[in-house]
Amino acid sequence: MSLRIYAIAYLIFLYAPIVLLPLFAFNDGTIIAFPLSGFTTKWFTALTDTKALHNAVQNSLFIAALTSVLSTILGVCAARAGAMYNFPLKRGIIGLVMLPLVLPEIIVAVSLLVVVVQMLHMSLSNWTVIAAHVLICTPFSIAILNGAFQNLDPSMEEAAMDLGESRWSAFRLVTLPLVMPGIISSLLIAFTISLDEFIIAFFLTGANPTMPVYIWGLLRFPGSLPIVMALGTILVGLSIILLTIAEILRRRGMARAGVKDKGSFL
Amino acid sequence: MISPPLIYAILMLAIPIGAIVLFSFWTQNFMDVDTTFTLNNYREIIEKPIYFALLQRSLFVSGTVTFVTVILAFPVAYFVSFHVPAHRKSLWLFLITIPFWTSYLIRVFLWKVILGYNGVVNTGLINVGLIDEPLTFILYNVNAVIITLAHAFAPFAILPIFVALEKIDRSLLEASEDLGESKLSTFFRVTLPLSMPGLVAAVLIVFIPTIGDYVTPELMGGAGGKLIANMIQTQFLALNNAPLGAALAIVAMLCVAAISLLFVFLNRRWLRGRS
Repeated sequence: MSLRIYAIAYLIFLYAPIVLLPLFAFNDGTIIAFPLSGFTTKWFTALTDTKALHNAVQNSLFIAALTSVLSTILGVCAARAGAMYNFPLKRGIIGLVMLPLVLPEIIVAVSLLVVVVQMLHMSLSNWTVIAAHVLICTPFSIAILNGAFQNLDPSMEEAAMDLGESRWSAFRLVTLPLVMPGIISSLLIAFTISLDEFIIAFFLTGANPTMPVYIWGLLRFPGSLPIVMALGTILVGLSIILLTIAEILRRRGMARAGVKDKGSFL
Repeated sequence: MISPPLIYAILMLAIPIGAIVLFSFWTQNFMDVDTTFTLNNYREIIEKPIYFALLQRSLFVSGTVTFVTVILAFPVAYFVSFHVPAHRKSLWLFLITIPFWTSYLIRVFLWKVILGYNGVVNTGLINVGLIDEPLTFILYNVNAVIITLAHAFAPFAILPIFVALEKIDRSLLEASEDLGESKLSTFFRVTLPLSMPGLVAAVLIVFIPTIGDYVTPELMGGAGGKLIANMIQTQFLALNNAPLGAALAIVAMLCVAAISLLFVFLNRRWLRGRS
């Protein structure tokens, strides 16, 4: 019983900052502190008038969309290979691909910065951010897709090929429908990670900042903080919706693959 | 099938890491980079006390964050694995991971609102009458950095411990109690050693990435709470001394890797010594 109380207290600790967010977003005062002054929606209206923010949001959406597609494609390759075949150095190769999961993000950021700017003499752009985001999102995609590909019987594809389908159409007609929920779940998670990522984006972003980099700039100006709170409320709401869909699909994918749900993908 | 992700990891991870290792042996010469091999960057890091102090503080913060996070997380993982009915476990884990996915920058900033001079904690405690004036030791110092990081990395610690606890064969616990052990000694002699792989994974997955975080110390640490990652960031972006920044990043990584390996090694010896 006391353990349950502790667990609930821990959840309150986890949710404390997020619960405060809407309070200040709708608060009619410029200072982010208690007591609250009154209800307003003017900070949300202010969001629609900020041109620089719109550009940042567009950039981030473009980066997140491409990142989610690319990392999911790489994730499908790795999860399929990992689940169906044995190959030399399997553990080492999977280890290298999964490494960004534990590597400090600043290491990924500075090493790509050095290569792009100092060695290749290229300029930073959305593409450098995408390259790094794909790197850090792929391990998450693999972890999610492993759940969908595990226990998938390789003989089903073989049967389709014996019956005259080509390798690709066997994959498309047999395997793909079975792992589809996992794929969509991976797309959503990678999208969420990329949209929110700051540490790497701050190093690699070009002339057009991504949304977190833009928010970082706003945090320096006390006057713009209520707007940040309003933006944050929208972002948190959006992430929760995306994550809930991803979770439902992940469970459906596990059920289709016939795996017992172990609770989480990590 | 493995080749596309492998090629990508080599091009975008292995080669760039090789590049910063190489780069750390070069020097910045005003606008150009001098590509003659030299140990000057490493010499500077050893000779100037500021780098050593920052590194020491970073390792202390990462170590404390890891300790606090794992100790606080273990009972939660234990609760979800042993006391929550099977069909509710996914829901609990989902609830635990949600805050982790939502806007990191804004979450860190909100801790400032919670811990600040007129913050939630201080206003609350004054209203209740526990304190007369606001507490100042909880913002713009190392404590604030530790609290915020412990919050940010909580799910990272809970998930591996939970997975390890789930794997424990429940009949072993019954056997232990049938043989006369109390609930408490069963926990320490059966459950805890068997959950050790999860604990080790949790320690590593919190300890290693926290060394690279510069957002939390920048926003929460004040003047005395800056860490090595802030220095790396400054060298690269503000001071335009990328080779020194590269050398600092490598030194930080080596320290973290060495401590992690030592931890894994000591843990193995401890487990072997028990059996």
